[in-house]
Amino acid sequence: MSVSTAVFYLVALLTIVSAGMVAFSRNIIYSAFSLLGTFMGVAGLYIFLGADFVAAVQLLIYVGGILVLILFAVMLTHRITDVAITNRAAGRIPALIVTGGLVYMLIQTVKTTPWIKAKEVVFAATTAKIGDAFLYEYLLPFELASLVLLAAMIGAVVLSRKEIKE
Amino acid sequence: MQPSELSSYLIIGAILFALGLFTVLTRRNAISVLMGVELILNSANINYVAFSHFGSGNSAGQIYAIFVIMLAAAEAAVGLAIVLAIFKLFHTIDVEAAETMKD
Repeated sequence: MSVSTAVFYLVALLTIVSAGMVAFSRNIIYSAFSLLGTFMGVAGLYIFLGADFVAAVQLLIYVGGILVLILFAVMLTHRITDVAITNRAAGRIPALIVTGGLVYMLIQTVKTTPWIKAKEVVFAATTAKIGDAFLYEYLLPFELASLVLLAAMIGAVVLSRKEIKE
Repeated sequence: MQPSELSSYLIIGAILFALGLFTVLTRRNAISVLMGVELILNSANINYVAFSHFGSGNSAGQIYAIFVIMLAAAEAAVGLAIVLAIFKLFHTIDVEAAETMKD
């Protein structure tokens, strides 16, 4: 087994084990911090797939932005002392049956489908290509994305501010 | 399971999707439900980037993945603001407690 295969197994294990912690942990702080492991593992998988820019974006936005936001929300909505009982779960066994059946079906589908593969798989720097695509082919969605982000930001501020009654 | 095979990435994506769905189905805490949604979005992103790398060879899948990450950021901001508003109103973020539209 070569070094890269071993690293791949390690990254895949990190992703799945910490995602399992998110799903099964009884403490919401543990759930939030194991989300960090999942995001890092997914960024590692992107690097294995030759997507360097997407991996950097994943680290910046998910780990630097969304995870901090989630931690802030956890801290703001719980008293730290009763943190052990705040991550209640219900209906675990039916959910386990449904998702277990689903994952079995998905894995069987993945294994039996003859996927079309490219003739050669290239590993090249992608940042310049993605920048070009954003400013030519995907210019309208790119501008719409900035509008959506602005609207989401204003909406979040309006939703979470304190109302001042005259 | 090899790093040079498409199916290993798709299997990881499927497991991640199932764990995210399990989180969304079972949790009664609104923030945990949002965490499950993030797991599901990440699994979809893995599939996008894997198909882009092994299938077409162009970067369209990576661009879609970046758009998904962008929408996930917007979703997290608005979702957590709604969670904070619910907490102010009901003093709990149990999704079953918040079942009325007005107070």
